[in-house]
Amino acid sequence: MNDNIIIIHPRDNVAIALRTLGVGEVAVAKGIEGFPALEEIPASHKIALRDILKGEEIIKYGEIVAVSTRDIKKGEWVHTHNLESKRWKK
Amino acid sequence: MSDITGYERKNGKFGIRNHVLVLPTVSCVNGVIHRISREVPEAVCLPHAYGCGRGGPRDIEILLRILSGLVHHPNVGGAVIIGLGCEISNTKSLLPLIKEAGKPIEVFNVQEDGGSLKTAKKAAAAARRILSEVSSQPRTALPWDKLLIAMECGGSDAMSGVTANVAMGAVSDWLVEKGATVIFGENTEMIGTAHVLARRAKNVEVAKQIEQMIERAEKLTQEVMGNLASMVISPGNMDGGMSTIAEKSMGCIFKGGTTTINQVVDYGEVPSEHGLILQDGPGYDGDSMAGLSASGSQLMFFSTGRGTPAGFPALPVIKVASNTRIYKAMKDDMDVNAGSLVEGQPLNRLRAEMIDLMIRVINGEKTKAEVNGMDIFTLMTVRPPF
Repeated sequence: MNDNIIIIHPRDNVAIALRTLGVGEVAVAKGIEGFPALEEIPASHKIALRDILKGEEIIKYGEIVAVSTRDIKKGEWVHTHNLESKRWKK
Repeated sequence: MSDITGYERKNGKFGIRNHVLVLPTVSCVNGVIHRISREVPEAVCLPHAYGCGRGGPRDIEILLRILSGLVHHPNVGGAVIIGLGCEISNTKSLLPLIKEAGKPIEVFNVQEDGGSLKTAKKAAAAARRILSEVSSQPRTALPWDKLLIAMECGGSDAMSGVTANVAMGAVSDWLVEKGATVIFGENTEMIGTAHVLARRAKNVEVAKQIEQMIERAEKLTQEVMGNLASMVISPGNMDGGMSTIAEKSMGCIFKGGTTTINQVVDYGEVPSEHGLILQDGPGYDGDSMAGLSASGSQLMFFSTGRGTPAGFPALPVIKVASNTRIYKAMKDDMDVNAGSLVEGQPLNRLRAEMIDLMIRVINGEKTKAEVNGMDIFTLMTVRPPF
């Protein structure tokens, strides 16, 4: 078991870091090709599994959990600085 | 599969504990409750902050439902009720709701029973009498369809919805398959998931109740929190990697498993259906646990990622750590390490381990929260104190 990220649902465009990933560290999970973390990803935080455009939905558990507020590159940290709640816009 | 046992009650329900409660109707008499607690440590004493000077009719209704629900609770063999006399929720209001409880109950009022010291002395003697009376009751075989198990999460992190709640969901599905009933609440933590939950309702009516419940929770959250509504998840949740309430909610509702939702009950209401039940109750752990307990759940699984030690009086709470770090850091508080799932432990093995522990706890083994006495007792309130 060398997985350092976990993908909860096949539809998801983000994965969860199982431990803190350093810049350039390769994210590994079953069923995908490894890719580098573009910035530090704190443990249990989200990493983009592919490029996500501004305004695109963030999918986790196979469901919409947020909308991105700017373009996010594959391997970037996904959190409150680059997404917003679809329910209540700030 | 091992047999489970419990204490059969006159109404056909089964307790897995045989506690004697000491319950005040109003916070003014908490000092009396503390005295009784020192005199009779075996009794389960529940001081609280309510009963007068706060809330409107709905709050009084909720308080009386929770207090009477705890007296009716299957894990409770008998109760001592302490009132003051002039409070809104006095013993006169409570007694009609518990007269059919079918268990020994003694009632005292501080203003009529000679003040605090004399009341404490009389009530302590009553608690001892009832403890002695209930102690002779033997355990008998407990049918699985008489079990109501609650699922709760609190102090969540992003792993709660990946490990602990997924494992609890697997246990929920197993229990429903066995004929037992599973209940979970925390309507604020269902916000953003109405479409997911309504899809699983047993019929259109239940689907509508689910949608309305979540809509009310969302509206209330917006009223109370204003522009901060999207921040209803705590700073600790955010440090743990969760960014929005919908993300937290998806992780939250995983704990109820995947079966059909058969009923939506009000806060503290006893379900009449079997299978999976939703409770229209708040997200805060203490308030939620009180409602789930008053609904009659005999046992609770409680997942936590940041680490809360909270248990509930008269209700064994099994603490499920969502990550190995917090399991090790708070080992004395945690019963299960679901963090093992990301270290290669298969889900079915973790589920088997949790079911085995659950059976031992049903049969009398104490949970960490029980051993440590980590009881908290708070209630949902609708209106502010006045």
